[in-house]
Amino acid sequence: MTRIAGAPTVLRTTALCKSFGDLKVLTGIDLEIAAHEVVCLIGSSGSGKSTFLRCCNLLERIDSGTIELFGHDLAHERIDENQVRRHIGMVFQSFNLFPHLSVLDNVTLGPRRVLGEERRGAERRARDLLARIGLADKAAEYPDRLSGGQQQRVAIVRSLAMEPRLLLLDEITSALDPELVSEVLELVGELAHQGMTMLIATHEMGFAREVADSVCFLEGGAIVESGPPERIFEDPTEPATRRFLQRIIAAGRL
Amino acid sequence: MAGQAPRDPTGGDEVAPSSTGDPPISLYSSHRPRLRGRAGSTASAVSTVVVVGAIVLVLSSKSAGPFRNGFLDLHQMWIALVGDPSKGIVSVGKGFFLNIWLSLLCEVLVLVLALGVATLRLTRGPVLLPFRGLAIAYTDFARGVPVILVMLWIGFGVPSLNLGSISSQSPVVYAGFVLVFSYTAYVSEVYRAGILSVPQAQVQAARSLGLSSRTTLRRVVLPQAVRNVLPALLNDFASLQKDTAIVSTLGVAEAVHSAQIAGGVEFNYSGFTMASILFLLVTIPLTRYTDHVMARDRTRRLASATT
Repeated sequence: MTRIAGAPTVLRTTALCKSFGDLKVLTGIDLEIAAHEVVCLIGSSGSGKSTFLRCCNLLERIDSGTIELFGHDLAHERIDENQVRRHIGMVFQSFNLFPHLSVLDNVTLGPRRVLGEERRGAERRARDLLARIGLADKAAEYPDRLSGGQQQRVAIVRSLAMEPRLLLLDEITSALDPELVSEVLELVGELAHQGMTMLIATHEMGFAREVADSVCFLEGGAIVESGPPERIFEDPTEPATRRFLQRIIAAGRL
Repeated sequence: MAGQAPRDPTGGDEVAPSSTGDPPISLYSSHRPRLRGRAGSTASAVSTVVVVGAIVLVLSSKSAGPFRNGFLDLHQMWIALVGDPSKGIVSVGKGFFLNIWLSLLCEVLVLVLALGVATLRLTRGPVLLPFRGLAIAYTDFARGVPVILVMLWIGFGVPSLNLGSISSQSPVVYAGFVLVFSYTAYVSEVYRAGILSVPQAQVQAARSLGLSSRTTLRRVVLPQAVRNVLPALLNDFASLQKDTAIVSTLGVAEAVHSAQIAGGVEFNYSGFTMASILFLLVTIPLTRYTDHVMARDRTRRLASATT
């Protein structure tokens, strides 16, 4: 996928800052995602990737700067955070499926309680989505009966059931056994292919290179360098980016 | 890896020589092995016979006679159970029904009210601040004062206030109020612990779907919270069931007060034994069930921790 000319901007942040007490986690992030674009955030742990994603769906309150979703300033006093979040899907590193609900109920909870869908319709749609990821037969199971890869795919489907306009993926393969990573990344690749707009924090450089339209390297809570994946991975201009990629190569992860 | 044949453990030599030159190690116990299989069951049969025999011997001995007659008189137990109106003895069995339905009614009220108190203490929002303060003061007070004190205070105090219909209720109503008042405080703390035990990540996942904080509490947090504290809730229910006995201080003819009356008339306290048996018939299954729930919970947690 390459960026479609004239596609509307889905998300734009300007000079976004966030501190936890004295710790400055984000020190001015400017980022823009157009519809159907896939942006990958790379950088070492603690560089602010996760915090940035959590600011975007208002799980964290920002200190300064702006976030716009489809041109609407999310700092506006009449913004309803629940309305914002129903359009932004989020998938977490640790899956966070609801352990007391079956797979089917996990997927239908949002559509039924937020979108007000009838049980029957919501379940039909959920079963269709589960069938698409090959987990139709797990609908009645509880999450703890599933492998990590299956749980994470259900978590993705749980987000998709809300028909989000933007999907935030927060290091979604970091908690998985190595042999389960590919099934999750394949699903994300498929979504990218179908045109889902995604902002992805990841340590999987090969995946980022393959799926991203644009890669942003974060360090110290700021975007040090961004551009198309070929340029960032093959010809980075910033010394910090080079140092980071060298460490990744040394660790055998690229 | 070649050639060290294992030493025969019964051969007496507890030291296995090492081929690497390291100090030798011993892998065998110096204690006698535990009895297993047939020898084991014989041993437990013998010890059971000895212990049971000793108990029977002590209870049937001559010097245990007063104890047998005073506490274990079957005839007296029967009289206490069914009552004898001609002597003014009220039935312990009938009284026990009062203990049962009072505890059930109170438990239902407690479960509902305590949930309200717990959520009130955990909600944020400036308007609710004074109510949060009241909720904290209430739980501190109700948990810090003996139930029997509140029972006497309300049960005898309120009727003396001449407050019209409030002062002219049956003692059972005051008793129910006091039990609900005390236990709601305990159970609200149990709920609160349960709510706090649900990981924040669960809340974030729910909120990320667009669920309101209210719906998140109802659909995601509370079901998990209650499941986490179910054993504690059952424990408190067993306590409440027993504490209905405190109602006897208000002169209500429940099981304990009835047994007391029977004891006073007959100068024999086997009625208390009868009342104990009735309580045990309820509390033992309840505590066994609680243990079962806890064990099931533990295995489920282990199962989910290993996957």
